[in-house]
This record gives sequence, C-alpha cells and structure tokens, in this order.
Amino acid sequence: MEHTAEHQEHSGGGTKEIVKVTIILTVLTIIELILGFWMISIPLERASFRLAVKGTIVILMLAKAFYIVAYFMHLKHEIKNMIMTIVVPLALFIWFIVAFLYDGNSFRNLRNTYDPHFKEQSTIKVEKKEHDSEAKHEEAKPNGVKDGKQDEKKATH
Amino acid sequence: MATTATAPGTKLWGGGKSPFNVEYGKLMMWYFLMSDAFTFGAFLISYGTIRFSTNGWPDPNEVFKSFPFAPEGVHAPLVFVSIMTFILIISSVTMVLAVHAGHNMDKKGVVRNLIWTIIGGLAFLSCQAWEWTHLHHEGAWWGANPFLNHDGTASSTNFTNYFFTITGFHGFHVFSGVIINIVMLIMTLTDQFEKRGHYLMIEKAGLYWHFVDLVWVFVFTCFYLI
Repeated sequence: MEHTAEHQEHSGGGTKEIVKVTIILTVLTIIELILGFWMISIPLERASFRLAVKGTIVILMLAKAFYIVAYFMHLKHEIKNMIMTIVVPLALFIWFIVAFLYDGNSFRNLRNTYDPHFKEQSTIKVEKKEHDSEAKHEEAKPNGVKDGKQDEKKATH
Repeated sequence: MATTATAPGTKLWGGGKSPFNVEYGKLMMWYFLMSDAFTFGAFLISYGTIRFSTNGWPDPNEVFKSFPFAPEGVHAPLVFVSIMTFILIISSVTMVLAVHAGHNMDKKGVVRNLIWTIIGGLAFLSCQAWEWTHLHHEGAWWGANPFLNHDGTASSTNFTNYFFTITGFHGFHVFSGVIINIVMLIMTLTDQFEKRGHYLMIEKAGLYWHFVDLVWVFVFTCFYLI
C-alpha cells in the first residue's frame, strides 16, 4: 500500500508546487540581495558583525539549495534509499569545508605570527587609484613582491 | 530468504522491480551530478581556504559595480549579477514546467517551455560574456588583478584566478546545458519521445539544468555576496 501511494506522488508535485517553490526562491534571493546591499554600509572594523551577516547569507543559500534539489530536482519525492545514496556521500562536504577553512585560517595566523613581511604587506595601503590603467602600474610592484608564487607569475607578464 | 520467496512483490530488494523506483538513466544522472558536485565543491572550498589564509580580499561591490550601457563611472553593485541570478532561476522554472508537460505527454508544452529555457540559458551566457569582457578591459584576467583589497592594501592574483576559473567552469556547464536542451528540443520536434511513449529524457536533461542553477546559487553567494 505504501508503495502505490509513493508512485502517485512520484509522477509530479503539480504546478501549484512549482509556483510555490518559485516564489520561495525569489523571496530568498531578494532577502540575500537586501543583506548584500546592507553589508556595503557596514564598516570593515565591525568584522564579527559582517561575519554574522555573511553567515545568514550562507544559511539562506543552503535553504535555496534545498528547495532546488528537493522540489525542482524532485529528490524529495524519491524513495528513501535513493535519497540516502545521494545525500550521505555529500555529507563528506561537512568535513571537507570545516577542515579546509580551519586549515586556511590557521595558516594565516601562523604567517601573521612568524612572517613579519607577510604581516607588513597587509598593512601598507596602496597610494591611490585614480584611473584603472594607472592603478594597475602602481600596483604591479607591491603586488609582485607579496609572495614568491605570484612573483614568478608576474614576471612572465 | 524465505520471506522474499513467499512474497516477492512486497520486498524492495526482493527482485523483479527497481529498488530505487527510478529508471537506470536517471539514477546514473544523479550519480554523475553528485560527482560534479564534488568537483565544484573542491573548487569553492579551495577558494575559501585561500581566502581564509589571506589577510585582505577585494570588495566584490567595488569589482562588480558596472552595468551594460551605463556610463563609465556608474556604481551599481550587485545589480547586474542579481539579474543574472533571476534569469537562471526563471529558466530553471521553465525547465520544471517542461518536465511536467512531458509527464502529461503534452508535446506543445514541452516545446514551449524548452524554448524558454534555452533562451534563458543563452541570456545568462550573454550576461557572463559581457561581464568577462568588461573585467578583461579593466585589466583583470588569470594572473592579473587590477583591484585593491577592501582595506586599500595590495591584492594578489588569487582573486581573479579563482573568479575566472570557477565562473568559467560554471559557464561551460551552462553552455553544455543549452546544447543538451537544444538536442532535447530537436528530439521533441521530430516526435522521438512520442514514438517512445514517454518523455523521461527531458527529465534527465532537467536534472542537469537544475544542477547548473544550483551551482550558480553557490557561486553567486561565494563571489558576489560574501
């Protein structure tokens, strides 16, 4: 009995559901954009506050992803076993994101602590950018010396 | 074993029916998309890691502030990219409608919605082509970054490298999606699906197209919003 019910549902959630999900996606995108515009006016010094807004945007992004996968891609109406074979491997991303971002952050802290040049570079402001073409020339120098890897790349240009 | 022998129809894994209740092609499309998700995930996580390991980063609202046909010094952050985002969402909706029409064996509906989806995809690609051209004119490319960090310090080329690689990879997916949709349209117009008796192929193309939209949700957030 259970399976026959699932069969009927499988054949589509109907136009009503499509309209509903479209509206949800639009509203979520608009909220994201409002937060994005709002963030322009938040000064850089309020770093943790900016981070909180960014976190909210990421949560909205995940909500959008859920609606696209669950309703547009129809995954919600599939059999549970099938959902699991898709969703469980993707759980690797949790480790993936946490581990790598933590690692990146730790690398920056280490460099700021033990590499005075790296730290200094992030405090020197580039003079002024008047026109884009001029700014490019001005920047080329400090940019190139910033770290070894880019030095090589710049030299080829 | 004994139970499956007595009642084969009621057991999911008892044989005689697809345990996932989907056809082979659709299941494989899901697994392909899963692997593609890992590719994009690796790209975006690599971008995040580099961004976390750097002290400064360019302000997206400064970099992406232009708009086509607007005067040079215009300051319109987020406007152009939000249009791109809505184009992709709407084309995703028309794709769902095409799949839905396919379920009802409504050939006209499939054709109409597929054409809208293709137009949406082409519009998105044109927007991206304009944006790339514009940034290239400003001096941004792989290995060249004319933009400063948000705090006014010198920036590295990581920003442009990641931007062009990831949006380029996504744009290529959109391009292949448009090609697939055009093939689907031709197949529909030549009555191939009518002869088969089902429009399941549209469903698989739809899955791919939604995935492209899904990836844009992440790319849009990671590059333009945060």
